[in-house]
Amino acid sequence: MRHSYYEDSARERLLGLLDEGSFREILPPTERVVSPHLRQLDTPAAFDDGIIVGKGTLDGHSVLVAAQEGGFMGGAVGEVHGAKLTGLLERALDERPAAVLLLVESGGVRLHEANAGLIAVSEVMRAVLAVRAAGVPVIVLNGGQYGCFGGMGIVSRLCDAIVMSEEGRLGLSGPEVIETTHGVEEFDSRDRALVWRTVGGKHRYLLGEATVLVDDDLAAFRAAALSLIGSTPDLGLEAMEAEHARLGERLRRFGDCRDALDVWERLGIAEPERLPILDTETFLATVSDKRA
Amino acid sequence: MESLTFEYQGGRPLASAPPATLVGVVSSGNLEVLVEPTDLGGACRIEVLTAAVGFGAIWQAVLDDFFDRHRIADVRISINDVGATPAVVSLRLDQALEALTGGQP
Amino acid sequence: MHDWDLQARNRKARLERAAPVSKGKVVATADARALLEAVIEPGDRVCLEGNNQKQADFLAKTLASLDPGRVHDLHMVQSVLALPEHLDIFERGIATRLDFSFSGPQGARLAKLVGAGQIAIGAIHTYLELFGRYFVDLTPRVSLVVAQAADAAGNLYTGPNTEDTPVIVEATAFKRGIVIAQVNEIIDTVPRVDIPGDWVDFVVQSPSPHYIEPLFTRDPAQISEIQVLMAMMAIKGIYAEYEVNRLNHGIGFDTAAIELLLPTYAESLGLKGKICRHWALNPHPALIPAIESGFVESVHSFGSEMGMEAYIQARPDVFFTGPDGSMRSNRALCQAAGHYACDLFIGSTLQIDLAGNSSTATLGRIAGFGGAPNMGADARGRRHASPAWLKAGREARSGRNVIPRGQKLVIQMVETFREHMQPAFVERLDAWELAESAGMALPPVMIYGEDVSHVLTEEGIANLLLCRTDEEREQAIRGVAGYTPVGLARDKRMVENLRDRGVIRRAEDLGIDKRLATRDLLAAHSIKDLVRASGGLYDPPKRFRNW
Repeated sequence: MRHSYYEDSARERLLGLLDEGSFREILPPTERVVSPHLRQLDTPAAFDDGIIVGKGTLDGHSVLVAAQEGGFMGGAVGEVHGAKLTGLLERALDERPAAVLLLVESGGVRLHEANAGLIAVSEVMRAVLAVRAAGVPVIVLNGGQYGCFGGMGIVSRLCDAIVMSEEGRLGLSGPEVIETTHGVEEFDSRDRALVWRTVGGKHRYLLGEATVLVDDDLAAFRAAALSLIGSTPDLGLEAMEAEHARLGERLRRFGDCRDALDVWERLGIAEPERLPILDTETFLATVSDKRA
Repeated sequence: MESLTFEYQGGRPLASAPPATLVGVVSSGNLEVLVEPTDLGGACRIEVLTAAVGFGAIWQAVLDDFFDRHRIADVRISINDVGATPAVVSLRLDQALEALTGGQP
Repeated sequence: MHDWDLQARNRKARLERAAPVSKGKVVATADARALLEAVIEPGDRVCLEGNNQKQADFLAKTLASLDPGRVHDLHMVQSVLALPEHLDIFERGIATRLDFSFSGPQGARLAKLVGAGQIAIGAIHTYLELFGRYFVDLTPRVSLVVAQAADAAGNLYTGPNTEDTPVIVEATAFKRGIVIAQVNEIIDTVPRVDIPGDWVDFVVQSPSPHYIEPLFTRDPAQISEIQVLMAMMAIKGIYAEYEVNRLNHGIGFDTAAIELLLPTYAESLGLKGKICRHWALNPHPALIPAIESGFVESVHSFGSEMGMEAYIQARPDVFFTGPDGSMRSNRALCQAAGHYACDLFIGSTLQIDLAGNSSTATLGRIAGFGGAPNMGADARGRRHASPAWLKAGREARSGRNVIPRGQKLVIQMVETFREHMQPAFVERLDAWELAESAGMALPPVMIYGEDVSHVLTEEGIANLLLCRTDEEREQAIRGVAGYTPVGLARDKRMVENLRDRGVIRRAEDLGIDKRLATRDLLAAHSIKDLVRASGGLYDPPKRFRNW
């Protein structure tokens, strides 16, 4: 029976993903390391500041894990939240686990905390690259209701791989922000089909940004994560130049497309308008040799 | 925000001393409940931090009934609440106790 | 000498005035205005088809654009005030008097216009009584209706959203009134004849398809754990107890939760084939899993629901469909079915008082009643027996020296607190204040406490049938009113006693494991799940999809 990743809380996701009984939380809620900024703003705080970090095993492999709770302030990264994530990544440098798993769900920087939030996100970015340079893969899982935007969107793309479900969303500026700054004709954030076409899992998969597309099923996320932890990050010059070339080519091929449908058409997909309604299995079969 | 504390006497300590448990999420209409077994000289203490101001009497009634249902001692319960209705509060409290004791009394 | 055919002669005069702008029955879109000015006379009683769902929007716009110097003081009779044009007509002086049933979207503006003296309300009705009055003292002289398609002879195809059209047209046509229909298209042969051309005087093609509101779609993603718990109580504590096989659900997330728990929770209790077999209900997408799992044998509907057309056509054994394959709905007949042929109504409300009277009235809005009071009332005219009806009747009358009767189950299902910690239980309904400020003869009560058999909250079920005094009834209601001021003021001893007697039953008393009350129990968690459950036949409106 399918167990929805989308509907779970961050805590439920984490516990369901890892081997039963293997999870040891670092800075658990009992430590009450809460945001010093929110109280000043008379805003409710969470005992874990909206992120759970710790270690566990995935099919016996030692992993360090973090899970963001989108329900708390949209999963946005504040000072403590960011420090927990950075601390976890720095610990990975010491412990060299098989992988670091990031279960992302975040709007990006927590604006309430202003510069502290900005700095926190940038520290996470640096820490991710340091971990990868040390040979530990950092794998992102993205399938929550709140999506992954802003600074955490950038963080995701700095990682080795991203596992997404079609319900997941990955982007930089959030849909509402785009509409506010550029107008509804440019991007109607209430057109949910448009939003998912643009930042949803299927499109990210077709563009080559999401490595794996899975069903909204905790077991499927687990299996995908497992398949990726054996990989070795390659931050060498050749790999970077190849990636840059690929991105340049992608820009050349699709830079003038106005809508994801145009991209899918250029990818050579027949009946691109049908892609959104296909179930994962049929979708993957339909696009198998056509990703960017 | 409002801070409320409630203390209850006359409960029974838990059979074992399980690790602390957290249920719920600090999102609109919801709350998180942290339950920690700890030596309070036999008391059950409940600390509430809530964004909904002025509902002290209702918290009292809800928590009185909660204690009536479970009658536990040496347990510290901490709540971060964002305007959950009494129904949701009672549900989370029961869920937290349930998770703590694993269904055992 | 008494003239006995004034209406016929007047009708002839109107038709003659309309002759220049019509080719037979067909009137060009551009001539709609001229047509209305030709056939409508000042002071006329006009029915404009504003239904709960479909709207004669083009004719409404056209009517609102008429010259009030030529057409004025109309008396509007219509089911629903849904469009801004429905009130523009009054603001412009084209109409002055109104009899209607429901005004949800326009409730606030209606209140303002009434307050400013620009609308004189005759009365606010339920659908069925308004339809009834069309044949007694509110017969329309001119009816502006809406259909999918027409042929040149005036035969109308109203299709899945037939709704109120048949009753409006019958009342008008057989009292020599004028019937004008706006249609999406005029074609050679209509798929089926829903309204015979003999009853229709003019057809006009509207510039764009008429508007239909998707009122009956509820996204399963929004159903909460509390609503799941209440749905479990409804199923185990009432549907199973009374063997409810014929019912109507008032639309809401609470009832959607019940519908989505049938294939899972109710099935696990062995209730398939024992409850919920026949429905007077619009085609709720949330009912799809229950239909697919074999719970539902028949559904008759008041109207259709956007996106459900293909699914309905693929399930002709369940729905009422014509030989053309598409559904036929009928609000008047479905209302009658819901009133007389169903054993249970369950719905939600905004406020309940200590006698069980409930109201959705809020200050500053005149919303009306719609059809809920017909569903949510004991049907005193009923005579045929059923197990549920007899059992409810026995419970209400045991120990009393009165002649035995059956009784309808009328359930008010509500969470004790609404949004912003507003209590649903109050000592005095806002309806009283509204009545005073709006000059109403009575406080607008949706469902009278006398008709309520059970009140169901997250705290449990209060069986009012078993109450024998006003005080017992009051305490039974307080006993399920939770932590609201009404609930906290309960007489604890009396409530305990009522619980011992089974008048109040909490989830534990019903043997319900609250730990099961999670969203996992829902047969569908999202609109997408409903689409999958329908085998891809359900085609949700844009606003409900992310694909």
